[in-house]
Amino acid sequence: MIGRIRVIAFNTFREAVRDRVLYNLVVFAILMVGGALLLGRISLRIERLVLVNLGLTAIALFGIVIAIFLGIGLVSKEIERRTLYTVLAARPVRRWEFIVGKQLGLIATLVVNAGFMSAGFFAALLYLQHRFEAADRFLLVALYFIVLQFVVITSLALMFSTFSSPLLSTIFTFALFVIGTFAEDLRGFGAMAGGSTRALTSALAYVLPNFAVFNVVSEVAHSIPVPGRLILFNSLYALLYATAVTSAAVLIFDRRNLK
Amino acid sequence: MSSRTKASVGVGLLLLSCLSLSVLALRISDDVRERTILKEALYIPSPKAVKALSLGYTGLMADLYWTRVVQYFGGKHHQGAEQYKLLAPLLDITTTLDPHLLVAYEFGSIFLAQRPPEGAGDPEAAAALVKKGIRENPEAWRLWYHLGFIYFEELHDSKAASAAFLEGSKVPGALPWMQVMAAALAQHAGEAETARYLWTQIYNSSENPDIRANAAKRLLALRVDEEVERLQSVADRYRRETATLPESFLQLVQAGYLPGVPVDPLGNPYLLVDGRVQVSRPNSLPFITKGLPPGQKPSIVAPPKGGIP
Repeated sequence: MIGRIRVIAFNTFREAVRDRVLYNLVVFAILMVGGALLLGRISLRIERLVLVNLGLTAIALFGIVIAIFLGIGLVSKEIERRTLYTVLAARPVRRWEFIVGKQLGLIATLVVNAGFMSAGFFAALLYLQHRFEAADRFLLVALYFIVLQFVVITSLALMFSTFSSPLLSTIFTFALFVIGTFAEDLRGFGAMAGGSTRALTSALAYVLPNFAVFNVVSEVAHSIPVPGRLILFNSLYALLYATAVTSAAVLIFDRRNLK
Repeated sequence: MSSRTKASVGVGLLLLSCLSLSVLALRISDDVRERTILKEALYIPSPKAVKALSLGYTGLMADLYWTRVVQYFGGKHHQGAEQYKLLAPLLDITTTLDPHLLVAYEFGSIFLAQRPPEGAGDPEAAAALVKKGIRENPEAWRLWYHLGFIYFEELHDSKAASAAFLEGSKVPGALPWMQVMAAALAQHAGEAETARYLWTQIYNSSENPDIRANAAKRLLALRVDEEVERLQSVADRYRRETATLPESFLQLVQAGYLPGVPVDPLGNPYLLVDGRVQVSRPNSLPFITKGLPPGQKPSIVAPPKGGIP
């Protein structure tokens, strides 16, 4: 079982790496990080702040764009090319193994991409500061949280791709990303409302993905430490939420008539 | 139950348990963030840098920042917070991006000036924000109203408040009561001459009968205040020279200190109670600040809380 998942994950990764559009996005993100250096120069004493804020935001946003565009095509592309029938019918691969393999392959791709973008980011930081400082280690935490966002986004894109067209999947995933970014405001709205609105908004705030919880960019830009407990519980949250969404994807995909 | 259904039930249970546990993890994460991470940090604290980064779309950026101000204030207010660290810098960024966003000056100054937990409790910052608004929008007379209100209500400086209302009343289009406010506050600050000048001007220039009647009452009150002060100095002189407390004005008349028993402009006699001058019918003389019975506070016109109707 593990072997089959590994093969699917590896193939997904290999296929994604061959996609040239991906490289364009990564290069563009690195350029954006470089651009942050120039933008920092036009202000006074906030060069590092601009670099960290803009750099990490660029990595997060480009990573999310990549996650959505690769994620939405994972299943639908296979159906379109009719390669899915070969995989599922000719080989002893179960549907859930296919989904989990695809998911892991995509996460691996995104981690590698984030690695390249982070390398560019740290090179720019080194150029600016001429050395790394102790507080820079918190930047790694922010990057780790960005990867956790990718994990959640990937699972959402994959779930939508099991029953919807690529265009609709993109819209749904992106909409959930935007809503999730404002999850704290949604909860705040719920807290201020009363009665059934309060119950509904509070429930929605917890059922919908919360991307705000992963955003520590402004804190690390100010060299504010990120507590270990937050790293632990954010990791747990991402893992549990992604598992829940992937389970939903498996349930939908399992019932889908592929003929 | 078929094996496929069993598997589906299993996956469904996995989904539900993961979702429930994720809520738990999220709540703990929220709690940790709330307690340990400084949420109050601006991505880019320099208004000029934000302006440069907005690539010319400063209006839209200002709208976004103003929205952030409202969200920030609302959130903090809801929590009953005592500190609003980001409020002043956020407002500064907003108004630098769009110097003509009057709502940011008007409501921003209220948010800043009010005492915690109702606001940031920083009236100086509020006054500075409104002054910035006045510099950028000299035609906006309402900003002078807000400035006067901050001086009077939060900084307890009636003289400065009066000056602000007076400046505002000179702006074309300003409503007549701006001048009324200036006069009322000058009177409250003890600036009798300024107050008399302003009330006389209002009385002579206003076409509104209510405003004219109010100005007449004010002028009457100023006269009573002056008379009470003069009579009090006579009573004090009697006390010094005779070493006795005058019991009535008749006593002062008989002793040759006064030509007759004094009466107020409405014809009611003044009283001497324990050596202190008092008006006999204080309710018929609104706005007087002197000669009131002990415990009765002078009435002044206060601007409506929360803004202009």
